[in-house]
Amino acid sequence: MKALVATKRVVDYNVKIRVKSDQSDVDLANVKMSMNPFDEIAIEEATRLKERGVLTEVVAVSCGIAPCQETLRTALAIGADRAILVQTDAALQPLAVAKLLKALVDQEQPQLVILGKQAIDDDANQTGQMLAALLDWPQATFASHVDVVDGKAIVTREIDGGLETLSLTLPAVITTDLRLNEPRYVTLPNIMKAKKKRLDIVTPDSLGIDVAPRLHTVKVTEPPARPVGIRVPDVAALVEPLKTHVKAA
Amino acid sequence: MTILVIAEHDATGLRSATANAVTAARQLGMDVHVLIAGAHASAAAQAAAHFLGVTRVLVAEGPALVDGRAEPVTALVLTIASRYAYIVLPATAAGKNLAPRIAARLDVAQISDVIAIESPDTFQRPIYAGNAIATVRSIDAIKVLTIRTTAFDINPNADEPAPIEALLPIEDTSRAVLVRRELATSVRPELTAARAVVAGGRGMGSADNFRLLEPLADALGAALGASRAAVDAGYAPNDWQVGQTGKIVAPQLYVAVGISGAIQHLAGMKDSRMIVAINKDPEAPVFGVADFGLVADLFDAVPKLSNALSAT
Repeated sequence: MKALVATKRVVDYNVKIRVKSDQSDVDLANVKMSMNPFDEIAIEEATRLKERGVLTEVVAVSCGIAPCQETLRTALAIGADRAILVQTDAALQPLAVAKLLKALVDQEQPQLVILGKQAIDDDANQTGQMLAALLDWPQATFASHVDVVDGKAIVTREIDGGLETLSLTLPAVITTDLRLNEPRYVTLPNIMKAKKKRLDIVTPDSLGIDVAPRLHTVKVTEPPARPVGIRVPDVAALVEPLKTHVKAA
Repeated sequence: MTILVIAEHDATGLRSATANAVTAARQLGMDVHVLIAGAHASAAAQAAAHFLGVTRVLVAEGPALVDGRAEPVTALVLTIASRYAYIVLPATAAGKNLAPRIAARLDVAQISDVIAIESPDTFQRPIYAGNAIATVRSIDAIKVLTIRTTAFDINPNADEPAPIEALLPIEDTSRAVLVRRELATSVRPELTAARAVVAGGRGMGSADNFRLLEPLADALGAALGASRAAVDAGYAPNDWQVGQTGKIVAPQLYVAVGISGAIQHLAGMKDSRMIVAINKDPEAPVFGVADFGLVADLFDAVPKLSNALSAT
């Protein structure tokens, strides 16, 4: 059984981003880029499913500019067997990415597609659900546990107020939440091996997909700053402001 | 033109996030219809019919819809979507699960986590964990929005209820089946709707120590929350997580205990009215957003604070 795993190259989660002075976007010049953390969890989960004998092949996919190859090499070092880059300089929005992924699913015919639940740059949380919709496949978002048994994916998902477990008849789409697994450290030998793995490059045109954006960014601004607070010397000094709160309730 | 708000409800009635979504929808200046799909829909429909600005409530019941799976609810919405200019959902776990599925089937973009409506086609939304605000304009004919509930206050009720209309049930063709649902029961207010939140971080040290926060939460009438670090360490359940990828809260009062204040956590609470931080590390970033900061050992300070508040 084959799985496709989508990965996105994003600003590293430790970087404190800045807004450009012309308000056109955030400033990404000379900023450290990494694989989106939720996608790392997705690759790790697929790799574990392969190690457990559930999957036979894990194909990592990324959509974007040429340096996304680095992201795919990381995916290959974690455990993907091969990779596909849909290369474009166009700014891609979730609906466009979902369409590109659908075109690759049509070619590759995986039984499972695993994606991160959201990218930490645009925080959209859309692509997995959109892909499931376009494929008319069942979806299990925000997964915290995945089992594959007898042609079904049994997925526990994080919902408001607790957890629920879904049984999906494959093929299906799963998006990962934080507690699904802890991705392994990538070792040097695996990085070396990853360099020799196959990485194909295609384009939106070759897949016949229109990736024109549906949303136009008018501007990007700093959020309003909070006024500077005060340090209090002891617990007694906290009681008064908190008591005011209790009385107002 | 008309707006469709997709409600969220359970056996006890409508969830408050629905009212926040209706407030956002009203700002678009059109008639608002509310769709309630699933079990126990009648009581929820009565409540939604009284929301200010709602001109019709649509109710759909039947076995396909009882457990709120995204596939059948999407199929239901698609049967009526062409009547609407906007489809609005709260950006809750359920709304986030459903909205993109609907948008993709309509071949339109979805605008996530809207915090302000500038004009009928222009919206503000946070990006990069709230460290930047993007203003975006949609060119799609039907606009699918999820709204950040904390950014839209709940309106008072209308005098006259709106009419309630039943939709035809739909067939269940989904290949997803609900096996079980484990919901935590709590006597405390719901985290995203609470007036006060007491949240603990890794500094709490253990799940047992987390109970230290209960008397403080009792004294403040607060919900309990946690940082990702505390949830990952198993000190608190996952649905307590406040942050970029957990719950976004903006209560009147947020008390952060033993939370250092990673960017991802601050993203989930920095719009709270008053923030109080207790941490033994004077350099902790949480003090950067706190109105009142106390550098202290939480194991000493929290019981003292709880006692002082209960005594009054």
